[in-house]
Amino acid sequence: MLEIKGLYAKVEGREILKGIDLSVKSGEVHAIMGPNGSGKSTLAQVLAGREAYEVSGSALFNGTDLLSLSPEDRAVAGVFLAFQYPVEIPGVGNLYFLRTAFNAIRKQRGEEEMDAIDFLALAKERMKSVEMDVSFMSRSVNEGFSGGEKKRNEVFQMAILEPTLAILDETDSGLDIDALKIVANGVNALRGKERAMIVITHYQRLLDYIVPDRVHVLAHGKIVRSGGKALAFELEKTGYAEFEKKVA
Amino acid sequence: MSGVQTEIRALADREYKYGFVTDLDMDTAPRGLSEDVVRLISAKKNEPGWLLAWRLKAYRHWLTMSEPQWQNVKFPPIDYQDIIYYAAPKPKKSLKSIDEVDPAMRAMFDKLGISLAEQGRLSGVAVDAVVDSVSVATTFKDKLAKVGVIFCSFSEAVKSHPALVQKYLGSVVPYTDNRYATLNSAVFSDGSFCFIPKGVRCPMELSTYFRINAADTGQFERTLIIAEEGATVSYLEGCTAPMRDKNQLHAAVVELVALEGASIKYSTVQNWYPGDAEGRGGIFNFVTKRGKCAGANSKISWTQVETGSAITWKYPSVILQGDHSIGEFYSVALTANRQQADTGTKMIHIGKNTRSTILSKGISAGHGQNTYRGLVKIGKSATGARNHTQCDSLLLGSQCGAHTFPYMEVKNKTAQVEHEASTSKIDEEQLFYCRQRGIKAEDAVSMIVNGFCREVFKELPMEFAVEAQKLLSVSLEGCVG
Repeated sequence: MLEIKGLYAKVEGREILKGIDLSVKSGEVHAIMGPNGSGKSTLAQVLAGREAYEVSGSALFNGTDLLSLSPEDRAVAGVFLAFQYPVEIPGVGNLYFLRTAFNAIRKQRGEEEMDAIDFLALAKERMKSVEMDVSFMSRSVNEGFSGGEKKRNEVFQMAILEPTLAILDETDSGLDIDALKIVANGVNALRGKERAMIVITHYQRLLDYIVPDRVHVLAHGKIVRSGGKALAFELEKTGYAEFEKKVA
Repeated sequence: MSGVQTEIRALADREYKYGFVTDLDMDTAPRGLSEDVVRLISAKKNEPGWLLAWRLKAYRHWLTMSEPQWQNVKFPPIDYQDIIYYAAPKPKKSLKSIDEVDPAMRAMFDKLGISLAEQGRLSGVAVDAVVDSVSVATTFKDKLAKVGVIFCSFSEAVKSHPALVQKYLGSVVPYTDNRYATLNSAVFSDGSFCFIPKGVRCPMELSTYFRINAADTGQFERTLIIAEEGATVSYLEGCTAPMRDKNQLHAAVVELVALEGASIKYSTVQNWYPGDAEGRGGIFNFVTKRGKCAGANSKISWTQVETGSAITWKYPSVILQGDHSIGEFYSVALTANRQQADTGTKMIHIGKNTRSTILSKGISAGHGQNTYRGLVKIGKSATGARNHTQCDSLLLGSQCGAHTFPYMEVKNKTAQVEHEASTSKIDEEQLFYCRQRGIKAEDAVSMIVNGFCREVFKELPMEFAVEAQKLLSVSLEGCVG
């Protein structure tokens, strides 16, 4: 589904991604682990289309040149990024925001848009998977949300928008065990043959709950090692120092 | 931010969809201002002597005044002799019912989207349509008359309720008040008059449409709204104007009087022609609006959404004379392209335990210059006065400006005056968040800006709120920064 070859990314003159190769098949969950500064978030943002970066290389998404698409068009193509630090948008209601996004994507795909009443019903149903309360609907996007609530909101949005490629950028950061379990449940409920996920994290702990098919270690902008889920346990024991040495 | 930069292209010249001219037979005065012109206006309207005398006092006072210099808006000197001060469309016959309105005029109203004929079918909004200085038709007079509400043109009120007009005219904005109000007092043509008697809750929202039609005709509207003890009224003012190459001066005066326990809500959505991308043409909106909470426990609330005009210069204010009276000012002002605004409010606390709330949202885009100027004046006698001011500016782009001049004069030590201000731009992160969810950049900007204005839009009557949001979205096209 996703074929990345020789992906380089630079920002403000600094090269962050130094030739990433990655292949993700439909139905798979890939974990990307690495120390701070390795380029994990950059990879997520570059795949989502953040324009601050100078990018070269290729990323084919179901045969389409992903890097040539605008962020909106990537969303229409089925890409979703669960942000590490979701921003607040004061004055814009959560439900209104989601419905606008939902219908914008549908419109671009030539599909029928959903009215407010039907959308509310859909939202109420999907909210259950992340144990969110109806009351949050009327609140502004992420405004006054705790860290856990923000992350749950990201997964809730994913549940509504039903992407084919979901990139989760440190979805576990700032979460306690209980919140982590809720978020993981929400993510697992969305796993499927038609969907692929890239789960970015520091810690092995998340991967106890969201079990990956493949694990990759990112250090200094390159993938230095790939393996099965056991690789995550290995990392837990040895830390990242070994892998950083290899690239340096 | 290369992608965002490309979005900054385009649409400095948004299509002004209300730009058109209607050919009507105009009965116009000769160009220029003189005592003769003032007399002509008064004579055309068959005004009583006291009103002509008032106009002349104002005109003579105007001759002694000079142009103000303190404002933060720039414009070429106004040639007062190059303006026509009176224009009346010739009626084909005297109007007894809506059906008899001049068909060309009816067509114009249709284009504006307010077919008078339709008003009857709409859920109760009475419309006083003012066309270039003369009110054409006033609807729902009968329905309102049943509860004793008077809603008619100012000219009509002078004839039918002279005592009321004489009592309150100039009581809130004296004819000496300022250069433009004084001019208005001399040459005002027409406007709205509303009177809500004791204890009456006006059963429908009252509304007025304005339109500047003939070239070089300034609009000098005069509106007077009186709410007697315990009365309530909500008034909507919405404007459109056709395209012109020459600046048009709009110097209206609005006076509101709220007696004991009364409440007046005055909402404005202003979309006058703002000028082209280079700043040519466009309306000069120099308006004096003031309300007096004359009685105890009265309340006056101003809500405005200003997206048009080349220059907006107005301070809808409230004089809080009555004890426990409340004044409110909610404003969204947009300046894009080369628009300028110097707007805000004055809350004058005189009585005891008075309260005022100011919420100003300024949005600047293009080369727009947006100034908030507010005065909170707590008089010596104003024990227990409270004010809360929140003044937020949003800058879209790097060529625009937002300026704030808050004035606080506090002469009573029991007063509580709070002021908060913020200046922001549209966060690129917010924009990216929306785009990643599939929302196009322009729609995202629109959504975020509407969110920024939400607290003000909440104060508008529902139908106006919808119009205001749409208006803001249209006005923002191309303004991504």
